Amino acid sequence: MRLPARFSPELLRHVPRKPATVMYPFVPVEAPEGFRGKHEFDIEKCVGCGLCARDCPSGAIEMVPDERTKGKKRPVIHLDRCLFCAQCEESCPRGAIKLTKVYEMAGYKREEMVVTAP
Amino acid sequence: MSEERMFRIPVGPQHPALKEPINFTFIVDGERVVDVKPRIGYNHRGIEKLMESKTYIQGLYLIERICGICSAAHQGCYAQNIEEAAGIEAPPRGVYLRTLIWELERIHSHLLWVGVAYHEIGFDTLFMYVWRDRERVMDILEMISGNRVNYAMNTIGGVRRDVTPEIVDNALKALDYLEERTKYYKKVTEEDDSILARTVNVGILKTEDAKRLCAVGPTARASGLKVDVRRDDPYGAYDELDFDVVVYDTCDLTARVLVRIDEVLESIKMCRQILQNLPSGPVRVKFKRKVPEGESISKVEAPRGEDLHYVKANGTEKPERYKVRAPTLANIPSVCEMLKGGYIADIPIVFAGIDPCIACTDRMLFIDVNTERKWMWTEEELRMYARKWYKKHLKEVVRERWKC
Repeated sequence: MRLPARFSPELLRHVPRKPATVMYPFVPVEAPEGFRGKHEFDIEKCVGCGLCARDCPSGAIEMVPDERTKGKKRPVIHLDRCLFCAQCEESCPRGAIKLTKVYEMAGYKREEMVVTAP
Repeated sequence: MSEERMFRIPVGPQHPALKEPINFTFIVDGERVVDVKPRIGYNHRGIEKLMESKTYIQGLYLIERICGICSAAHQGCYAQNIEEAAGIEAPPRGVYLRTLIWELERIHSHLLWVGVAYHEIGFDTLFMYVWRDRERVMDILEMISGNRVNYAMNTIGGVRRDVTPEIVDNALKALDYLEERTKYYKKVTEEDDSILARTVNVGILKTEDAKRLCAVGPTARASGLKVDVRRDDPYGAYDELDFDVVVYDTCDLTARVLVRIDEVLESIKMCRQILQNLPSGPVRVKFKRKVPEGESISKVEAPRGEDLHYVKANGTEKPERYKVRAPTLANIPSVCEMLKGGYIADIPIVFAGIDPCIACTDRMLFIDVNTERKWMWTEEELRMYARKWYKKHLKEVVRERWKC
């Protein structure tokens, strides 16, 4: 086999090296700080204003009745519609919605793919 | 040449991996491409109409999804456009960070393209190395914005996140590594026989043709046209940065590879300037959700060329009309010109030459006009055909090409 002349030293230099890829999911991979992953919702801070639902570009946030908040409503975030832009986090006046570093969120049913208060 | 000997080869329109599925009909005589007829419009997603039903804030994330690779170019262009229409101005730090994302995106897009180009000509080892190194710039982008592809960094009135000193340090280190590697790839491209054999004098687009067919971006610059929105109509922080517009005049595929590699080096230079001279202050100003009646346009040099956005506002929270002219559309007449006179085996790499990912040719249908015999080629088969064909014909083809 003919090796490309200019390229061979580089090729040989890589022979003893470890692979550049990570054996995910056997090796866990941590997302960096500030990653936009699965939401975290705090019902204590929520005032039920609905600003998150108004600004959501993909209509992933649904407001459902809830007696615990001032506006008598709380958001239900549908992860299967969400595009993780973090606009809800930015729009929330009370900081009730936060995006975390969690990125593994598969589920068997659509009903499982929601973030809301219990 | 009699008409009977010609074959018609429709390519597409099913290119699921392609952002803009296109149908090309090739008229071929033996191995030579005689004529090319493009047909576009298969991937009409109705984004412009949908923009009219979204508020300006929601539109930010929709416009970003026009293109997966140059998402920041579209989003930044949109934000710039709405800012102009609304009469607000982003603070200097916001403008610098926006420019930083544009340039980092150019690095990742061009490295991706260089990898794809090596893959198309069958040099898969180098393709793997380039993509491994590209991970470094993706990591910087993820650190700054929180996502690898759709950064969602821009907002109307500035950017959404600030950078910390650690991020700046990490980014500067990664840029040093990238510069070293990019210089190495330039050297390989200039000297390696197997790359030169497939790129020198392939897919020629003469300077006057590029001008006549309104080529944009690296395609035009590889044909000796010095056009670059960053220099011709500075936006963002480009008027304060020191950079050169890379121009090559050999008009072939080698020039297109080298233009992009050199642009990566220029972008690294610009990123360093931005990171070292970040102005202080806020990164964004408040946007009052409503835009007064009026219209405006905005231009951005996306990795693939000039990107043009137009908005017509009617005083409400939603635009009345939004129009986008993406750079690939402007380059389609040019790619037709490049393909004429080439070999079938050169179709994938010449397609890839304008960076539209058209080389992701999912399937090809070959029709013999005389016998109505049809056969399909998938992308992989076409690539394998190209490699086999070149194995057989390399010497004669290269001798003929390098004559001049």
